[in-house]
Amino acid sequence: MTTDQPRVIVGLGSCGIAAGAARVYEKIRNLREAENLSFSLEKTSCVGMCYREPLVEIIDETGSYLYGNIDEDRALEVIERHIVRHDPVREYMVRTDLFRTVDLDFLKGQVKIALRNCGMIDPEDITQYENRGGYEAIAKIAREKISPEKVIGEIMDSGLRGRGGGGFPTGLKWRFARNNPGDVKYIICNADEGDPGAFMDRSLLEGDPHSVLEGMIIGAYAIGACEGVIYCRAEYPLAIKRLNIALAQAREKGYLGKKIAGIDGFDFDIMVKEGAGAFVCGEETALIASVEGKRGMPRKRPPFPAESGLWKSPTNINNVETWANVPWIINHGAAEYAAYGTEKSKGTKVFALTGKINRGGLVEVPMGITINDIIYKLGGGIQEGKKFKAVQLGGPSGGCIPAYLGDTPVDYESVNATGAIMGSGGMVVMDETTCMVDMARFFLDFTRKESCGKCTMCRIGTKRMLEILERITEGKGEEGDIEKLEELAHLVKEGSLCGLGQTAPNPVLTTIRYFRDEYEAHIREKKCPAISCKALLTYTVDPEKCTGCMVCAKNCPVNAISGERKQLHFIDQELCIKCGVCYTKCKFDAILLD
Amino acid sequence: MRVQRIPSPHTEKKPEPEVDLSLLDPLISKYRNKKGNMIPLLQGAQAIYGYIPRGAFLKIARETGLLLSEMYGVATFYAQFRLQPVGKYIIRVCHGTACHVQNAGSITDALKEALEVNDGETTADGMFTLESVACLGCCSLAPVMMIGEETYGKLTGRNAVKVIREIRIRESRETDKTKQS
Repeated sequence: MTTDQPRVIVGLGSCGIAAGAARVYEKIRNLREAENLSFSLEKTSCVGMCYREPLVEIIDETGSYLYGNIDEDRALEVIERHIVRHDPVREYMVRTDLFRTVDLDFLKGQVKIALRNCGMIDPEDITQYENRGGYEAIAKIAREKISPEKVIGEIMDSGLRGRGGGGFPTGLKWRFARNNPGDVKYIICNADEGDPGAFMDRSLLEGDPHSVLEGMIIGAYAIGACEGVIYCRAEYPLAIKRLNIALAQAREKGYLGKKIAGIDGFDFDIMVKEGAGAFVCGEETALIASVEGKRGMPRKRPPFPAESGLWKSPTNINNVETWANVPWIINHGAAEYAAYGTEKSKGTKVFALTGKINRGGLVEVPMGITINDIIYKLGGGIQEGKKFKAVQLGGPSGGCIPAYLGDTPVDYESVNATGAIMGSGGMVVMDETTCMVDMARFFLDFTRKESCGKCTMCRIGTKRMLEILERITEGKGEEGDIEKLEELAHLVKEGSLCGLGQTAPNPVLTTIRYFRDEYEAHIREKKCPAISCKALLTYTVDPEKCTGCMVCAKNCPVNAISGERKQLHFIDQELCIKCGVCYTKCKFDAILLD
Repeated sequence: MRVQRIPSPHTEKKPEPEVDLSLLDPLISKYRNKKGNMIPLLQGAQAIYGYIPRGAFLKIARETGLLLSEMYGVATFYAQFRLQPVGKYIIRVCHGTACHVQNAGSITDALKEALEVNDGETTADGMFTLESVACLGCCSLAPVMMIGEETYGKLTGRNAVKVIREIRIRESRETDKTKQS
C-alpha cells in the first residue's frame, strides 16, 4: 500500500454483503482493471451504519470520505467523479472530515471502545490490527511483568460487567476461576448470539476478531487457562471464517501457542466450536454441555463453571463484547474506562438499533445515556414520522419500555427497574402500529419453542401462556385472562432452573404493566388499537374515495365484495376473511381499516 | 419445546433415497476417539448429504461407538439438524424481532401459498424447502429471507414470490438446455 495513491475501502460485513456490497467490490475491481486506474482497493467490515449499506470509503490526500447507499451504478459514478476527476460526490456522502453531513449525529454521540476497529481495518489482516495498537496489551503485560492478580485487579477496578446480559462483574468471575484449584482450566467465549434482533457479536467478530482473541489471551493469562473455546453460532458463517483466519495468523505470529509474548510457561490456544442452533445454549451450563457434544440442557448451579465447568475443570465464560473490551482496559488503564458510564455501570455498551427507526445500525454509547438520546439523537427518530411507542430491550428475556419512560438512563440498575433487562444489546424500536399484545405473543412463541424441556413450568407454563395470548389476539379473550397470565408468569419464573425460563415471562409482564389498556381493548372491545391483529380488523369501503373501479372485488379471494362498475362497493363482513388484499390493491386508499 | 422436532410416528414415512455412505469415511477417521465429537460428526454428515440419513446414523454409531440413542437425542435437540432430505433451494425466512415488527409473517404466508407447502416442508418437485429462522442478523434490511448464500432484504410478500418465480424460470431453462444437449 503506497501512501500517495488513494484508497478505496468497501465495507464487507454480512449486512453489507446482503445489501450488495460484494457486487460493488467486484464492480470497482473490474473498473480498475479495465481503465487501469491507480488506487488501492481494500476491504473492511461493518462501521455500524447498517441503514446506509453498502458503504464505500475513499481516503485521498485531502481527507476521508464515506459514501453510503452505493449500488453498482453509483459505485461507477463515485469512482469516476472522485478518483478520476478529483471531484468528491457530495450527494452520496455520509461522513467526511471536511464538512457537516446529515449522518454526523449518528457517529458523534458514540464512544467506540469494543468497536474501536470495526470498519477501520481489514479484519483478515493481522498487521492492520497491530498497527492500531493490537496485541500491545499482552506485550505490555510481558514487558512490565504485570502479575495475573494485577491484571484481575485492573479489570475489577475498571468496573467491567458481563456484556452478554447478566451484568456480573468480570474481574470477580476471573478471580473465582483463578482461585479454584485445577491443573487444566478453560476459558470460553460465548458467541452464541441467539436473541432475535441482536447482531452486536456478529459484527464484532466479523469486523475485529483479533480484539476478541487478545482479550481471551489476557483472560487466559490471568486465570491460568491452557485452552480456549469460541462457541459461535453456525448461522454466522462469515464470522467463523474470519475467526479461523485470525486464529491462524495469531498462531503464526506467536500470539497463540507456547510461551506467548515470551512469558515463561504461558501456553494457550483457542479453537472454534460451531453451535448447532439452540437459544438455550447461551446459558453457561448448557453451552458447556453443547461444547462437550451433548444436548444443550442447563444444569443446577452450584457448582458454578468457575469450579466445575468444561470437562469438569474450572472454566470462565464471557461474552464476545466483554472480551473485546479487555485489551483496551489493559492499554488505557482501568481509570480511563471507568470514567465512562454511571456509578455502578461503567464503560460503554454496544446496541443493535433496529425496528421502526430511521438510522438503524450498531451503536456504542457510554452507559447512562438516555433511551431518548439513542433513539432521537443517534437514531434520527421514528420512520415515516410516526409516533414512538416503546422500545424492546433484552430480547425474549427482556421487556418493553414505553415511550414515556424514554428518559430512563441506560445502565443495568435503571433498566432492571423498568422490568426489562439490559440483555446483550438488542434494541428494537416500535411505533404506534406495533401491537404490544402481539409482541408479547411473539416472544413467548420464541421462548416456548426454545425451552429445552427440562423444567415443567418452562416447558408447559409458557405453552399455556402462549395459548392465552393467542386467544386474546384472535379476539377470543375472556375476563380474567390478564390475571391468569400474571399468575402463570409468576409460576414460570419461580419454577425454572435457568435464565431462559426465569426471564421468559418478562415480555408479557412488562407489556401488561405498561400497556394494560391494549390488552383490555383486545379482550373487552375485541379491538386492536394498533390495527395490527388480523382477526380483529374490519375492512370497510370509504364512500368518499371509492371510484367503483372493481379492482378490490376482482381480487377478493372469497368474493366478499359486491358492487357494479362506477358504483360504491360493499364488503360483506360475514364472508370477509380479513386477508387485506383489497386494502393493498386499492389505488385510491378507499379501503378503511379499523 | 424442543421435543416437537422429533418426527411423529404417525407421519407417513417417505422412502429415503439411496446415499453413498463411503463419503463419511474421512469425517469419521478425523473425529473418531475425539472428546466432544458428536456434534461435529453430525454437522459433517449433514454438510455431505444436506440432511442426516438413517444409514449415516447407523454407520457413525457402528464405527465410533457413539450411542445411537444419544445421537438421535442430539440431532433432534438442535435446530440445525435435519432428518429429512431437503429441496435444492432452502428458503430461510427471518422471523427475528426486527423482521417480525416489519411484517415477516406476510412473507411466510405468501411463500406458503405460492409453494403450496407448510413451514418446514419441501415442495413436491424437490426444488424448495421453506424454513423459518430466528434471526439472520441483517435487521436493518428487515424483512429478510435467505436463499442459499443470497440474502434478499426489504421484502414484500409479492416480491418474495417473484424471487421464487425467477428461480423456477432459471431452473426450467437449465433443464431444457440439458435436454437439448
